[in-house]
Amino acid sequence: MNTPGPSPVFEQPESFEFTPENRKLAEAHIAKYPPGRQASAVLPLLHLAQVQSGGWLPKAAMDYVAQMLGMAPIRVYEVGTFYTMFNLRPVGRYLLQVCTTTPCWLRGSDDVVAACERKLGIAMGETTADGLFTLVEVECLGACVNAPVLQVNNDFYEDLNGPATEKLLDALRAGNPPPPGSVIGRQASAPITGRTTLTGLPAKPAADRSRRNRKRT
Amino acid sequence: MPKLTIDGDEIEVPVGTTILQACEHAGIEIPHFCFHERLNIAGNCRMCLVEVERSPKPIASCAMPVADGMVVHTNSEKAVKARKGVMEFLLINHPLDCPICDQGGECDLQDQAMAYGFDRGRFEENKRAVRDKDFGPLVATHMTRCIHCTRCIRFLTEIAGVQELGATGRGENMEITTYIEHALGSELSGNIIDLCPVGALTSKPYAFIARPWELMKTESVDVFDAVGSNIRVDTRGGQVLRVLPRINEAVNEEWISDKTRFAIDGLRRRRLDRPYAGRRGARVEIDWSEALDTVADRLRRVPAERIAAIAGDLCDAESMFALKELMVGLSAPSLDCRQDGAKLDPQCRAGYLFNTTIAGIEEADACLLIGTNPRWEAPLINARLRKRHLQGGFSIAAVGPRLDLSFPVELLGEGGDTLGALAAGEHSWCERLRAAKKPMLVVGQGALARRDGGQVLAMARAIAETHRLVRDDWNGFNVLHHAAARVGGLDLGFVPGPGGLDVAAIIEGCRSGRIELLYLLGADETDIDDFGSAFVVYQGHHGDRGAARADVILPGAAYTEKDGTYINTEGRVQLGRRATFPPGDAREDWKIVRALSGLLGRPLPYDSLGELRHRLRAAYPTFAAVDRVGPAPWGEFGRAGPVDPAPFTYPIADFYRTDPISRASITMAECSDVFLVHHGELPAWTGTRG
Repeated sequence: MNTPGPSPVFEQPESFEFTPENRKLAEAHIAKYPPGRQASAVLPLLHLAQVQSGGWLPKAAMDYVAQMLGMAPIRVYEVGTFYTMFNLRPVGRYLLQVCTTTPCWLRGSDDVVAACERKLGIAMGETTADGLFTLVEVECLGACVNAPVLQVNNDFYEDLNGPATEKLLDALRAGNPPPPGSVIGRQASAPITGRTTLTGLPAKPAADRSRRNRKRT
Repeated sequence: MPKLTIDGDEIEVPVGTTILQACEHAGIEIPHFCFHERLNIAGNCRMCLVEVERSPKPIASCAMPVADGMVVHTNSEKAVKARKGVMEFLLINHPLDCPICDQGGECDLQDQAMAYGFDRGRFEENKRAVRDKDFGPLVATHMTRCIHCTRCIRFLTEIAGVQELGATGRGENMEITTYIEHALGSELSGNIIDLCPVGALTSKPYAFIARPWELMKTESVDVFDAVGSNIRVDTRGGQVLRVLPRINEAVNEEWISDKTRFAIDGLRRRRLDRPYAGRRGARVEIDWSEALDTVADRLRRVPAERIAAIAGDLCDAESMFALKELMVGLSAPSLDCRQDGAKLDPQCRAGYLFNTTIAGIEEADACLLIGTNPRWEAPLINARLRKRHLQGGFSIAAVGPRLDLSFPVELLGEGGDTLGALAAGEHSWCERLRAAKKPMLVVGQGALARRDGGQVLAMARAIAETHRLVRDDWNGFNVLHHAAARVGGLDLGFVPGPGGLDVAAIIEGCRSGRIELLYLLGADETDIDDFGSAFVVYQGHHGDRGAARADVILPGAAYTEKDGTYINTEGRVQLGRRATFPPGDAREDWKIVRALSGLLGRPLPYDSLGELRHRLRAAYPTFAAVDRVGPAPWGEFGRAGPVDPAPFTYPIADFYRTDPISRASITMAECSDVFLVHHGELPAWTGTRG
């Protein structure tokens, strides 16, 4: 995503300005830092700008943030290009981030990738012609227990495989995204085979911990 | 003071010293790329790893302060192995293109790879390639060679004060870039070429010209401004190929301006390489004897009070001294070295020097700039002011039009009226001057080269005296010159004698017919349309404005082609040395004047430069104190009277084209185009650039 320098294939907006609500939020962020240290607010402000711009960070937005914080534009470009979660070119309405790090890969993230590519007709890093989907590969999203995982905008879809991914994409295309979380219906990160513990209420209150432990072994 | 052991030797160093500095103190060189003593510590190249006992890992010595009882091994197996590892990583992505790289032969990476490099690569994967950036007409980029030491970023941010370069991306995708590509807008940008430890940033005009070992190196002094930057002139086969800075802590530290570095291609163009006679249109080449005869004949026939001489901005003291003696011998009193018409008073030396000295700026705590734009008149003095600003507790204000000095400046007003209020102590900023322990003021030629320049000077003196800028232990009164020859000319009295005319009166005299013969010694900044019917002799090295109007042209030598003495704006006497010979029939300037004096039947009493210098130093002992600055006695100078409230103007409209050499330089013309015309500071060029 982060090839330095604006790419010529898309248009950068001429100007950018925070909406009044975002401006208020930005000022609240700036107020968290001591006077003269307002540059510390650069990350939250860039994030606000990205959300407002529809998921990506135009150059004009970085210039605007630089001006707002009294920073040299290049210092903001450095931050904006450093973090992979800032998108420097337009993304589709659904930004699909497939995790392909070891646990997800072991659990079949290749199938998820293949399903996305086949279903959407795009390769990694590309956006569909209708502007609905952008597909990117990311490193560990921290949901290894429910691998493989696909992040759609801010939501995780877990325990995917090829067909489930295609179903998810269909639902997204139809405009009714399913509830986030495990697609096989498990609760949070509970065992995939169903509960293995706390399956029923205890018979009676355990008065003596050591005795109960002895009984279980 | 902490005591530590380095390679078995005990050494004591001041608190806060880094291990690397302590090692250098002990005479042990630690290899490094990113560390530079004048820049902030980055600690990102990891080449300076050393082993410190009781530390589990090797330590980056550039970023580690010493502690008492430390035991450092700089050459142990562990340290050397660590450095070899770092070098192997650096070389993974560094191309093996040394044979076509301009840095070859003077490359830190090449040198250190000899000591720490592995003889074959173990990296089988793809190497990264990085798109080259366009940094403008001066700095060429080969970004694949970059090892990300970030020296260039730190230099531009900290010293030049232009935050334009940065590192975008991360990890393998990190790149040094301006992001939105544009030329680097700093008049010190060429220094990043010297700072770059590899061949990523090289000189564009010098690309593929020479190898360092082919060059003859001559230590000399710069003449493009009055700072007197110490330079090294690199030549090959009689051509000046490049100019590099020499370290002089008191003057230029280790930087030079872009004009100093890049205007040298002007030395090869538009040169006067043989004598000429006749005005433009009817100009013919003549030989030396004919040229000198013509001039001598005229000098003999014209009455002395109708002869005048003006010395230019690039003249060495020797040629001015010889010409002055010639004129005095003829009893011609009209000579002047202040060709911009600045009302400087030659009687009191403290009244035309930068008395605080350049290094002294770092002690000052308040500064008032009057009609000067140091960023263009003396970029390195501006860099010192910025350095002082960054240390904090330095208030700086200016009287003059809007300025961008790369640090904040409080604008008090535009012209003379503000000056009056400051002198009277009525201005609110006077509080700052009064509160400051070591206040200074700088008067520029923009304030002095006007009709009421003498009054401005007097008023500046009044400000200095009322606010105690001049004391026994401190002199905060400064005049900033932008011409290398000016202080030398004033010191040897190249000014009107009794009954003589100054520049303005000489030009007026030419127009009215009062002056019949005008001798221009490299003077090109005067208005040549005003010379009327006067017979103009031009002695100099470039076919510029003066030569265009001249009736006789005597080809002289440029600063790289003669041994000469220059005095910088502080009053520091420095010697420039000859690096090449003048082209064609051109001769060293003092020799031309000496030859002329012989033809006139009153030969000057010297036949060699040594004899001339001996006489110069006997007459003006200032010139004997080479490389030293002494305090100049304070006195009366300036002219009392009211100051015109009109705004000051800055003397330099185009930093890149200020003198005959830089006006002949293609590189400087490109810079002017890119940096000034495109930014709307200058009108676009029309027609040809000749």
